Amino acid sequence: MQKFPYYPGCTLKQTAKNFEKSAIASARAIGIELVELPRWNCCGAVSSLTSDEIMRHVAPIRNLVRVQQMNDEGMLENEYRLITLCSMCFNVLKRSNMVVTGDAEMLHTINQFMDTEPDYEGTVEVMHFLEILRDVVGFDKLRARVKKPLKDLKISPYYGCTLLRPKEVGIDDAEAPTIMENFIEALGGEAVDNPYRSLCCGSYHTVGENKKIVAERTYKIINAARRNGADVIITSCPLCAFNLDNRQKLTKEMHPDFEYMPVLYFTQLMAIALGKEEDAGLEDNFVDPRPILRERGFLGVKQ
Amino acid sequence: MSEVIYMGEKNKKLSEKIEELSGEKITLCEQCGICTTSCPMADDMDITPAGIMRYSQIGDERVVDSEAIWICASCFTCTVRCPRGIDLAKVAEALRELNLRKNVDHIDVNHLDEELNELPAIAVVSALRKFTS
Repeated sequence: MQKFPYYPGCTLKQTAKNFEKSAIASARAIGIELVELPRWNCCGAVSSLTSDEIMRHVAPIRNLVRVQQMNDEGMLENEYRLITLCSMCFNVLKRSNMVVTGDAEMLHTINQFMDTEPDYEGTVEVMHFLEILRDVVGFDKLRARVKKPLKDLKISPYYGCTLLRPKEVGIDDAEAPTIMENFIEALGGEAVDNPYRSLCCGSYHTVGENKKIVAERTYKIINAARRNGADVIITSCPLCAFNLDNRQKLTKEMHPDFEYMPVLYFTQLMAIALGKEEDAGLEDNFVDPRPILRERGFLGVKQ
Repeated sequence: MSEVIYMGEKNKKLSEKIEELSGEKITLCEQCGICTTSCPMADDMDITPAGIMRYSQIGDERVVDSEAIWICASCFTCTVRCPRGIDLAKVAEALRELNLRKNVDHIDVNHLDEELNELPAIAVVSALRKFTS
């Protein structure tokens, strides 16, 4: 087992438990152990973008200090590549890391402020699990580990915003990404084009009075997937997942012609393909993905 | 026909404040409109992203009071596409902060009670970060 430090973030312990469970099982199936950071804290979910902001970089940086400590204390052997699953955590942690490593004065200020912690030395590399699959494991090797290829399953990748933008943070080309398509093909599935694969789902507008903005985006994104023949959609963001999955109820109220479509975390399909169906957490999705997956023969008879 | 706009002291001050807070050179904007055509939220805005830029350049107070700056969800599509290299998401953030730093919240947290049980933590945290001071 190759051990990596792993940052879950708040939502993977709450509404996205199926994301974490399926990721840990999938990683294990390909020889990777995700070692959870001790005493991690919320990253803040969104980056602060003003030029004078220092305080809000403290929370993300504190998590990076934990990675150094894990190495210092022997929990890891010289492994500074921090794995994230949630796209928004990935974006925030990577961005803060870039800000402080490019600004010695700010890093000094933050280190002075965190006076009970060891100094952050800028040694951590923040990576998304999809990047690990592409660049460290390799999609060819992933393909070789697949026990149950997702043959003829038409999957619409949904990237959302924070995996791709801004450019210096994104894990792939901001306008023409291929990483999710290649991932789907490695699992034996068929990637279906969706012109709205990186259209913002409305993000935190799901809170409060503007949630119709989200429902309209959901309508647009899922209908495009359906027009192109998709059976399911995959994503890597727990906020996109909530908006595309749970908000289908509101979408249906607003548009009676709308038809439900299952939305899964990419790791849920990965778990199934790697023979870890029991850890896919399919019972927690709002739109039940089990009927279509069972119909196609990807699940056992009893579930 | 070109029109010369003379900026008063107040306008100049606001424009400079937006530049300082965003760290972006807003005078670079040529009003090409790629931001507006790329913006997934433009339909729901009272002024367009290009409008936000123009008002910011001339220091027009209406931009600070607009609804558009709150509709922007920092998706960075305009940032990626701006041919002048302006990070518009930072400009929108600066405009939100100009309001929030007066200790005025954009949402009333007390009205979220019934939703808090069903919402993911990530939604609540990000909304509070963007809408409250």
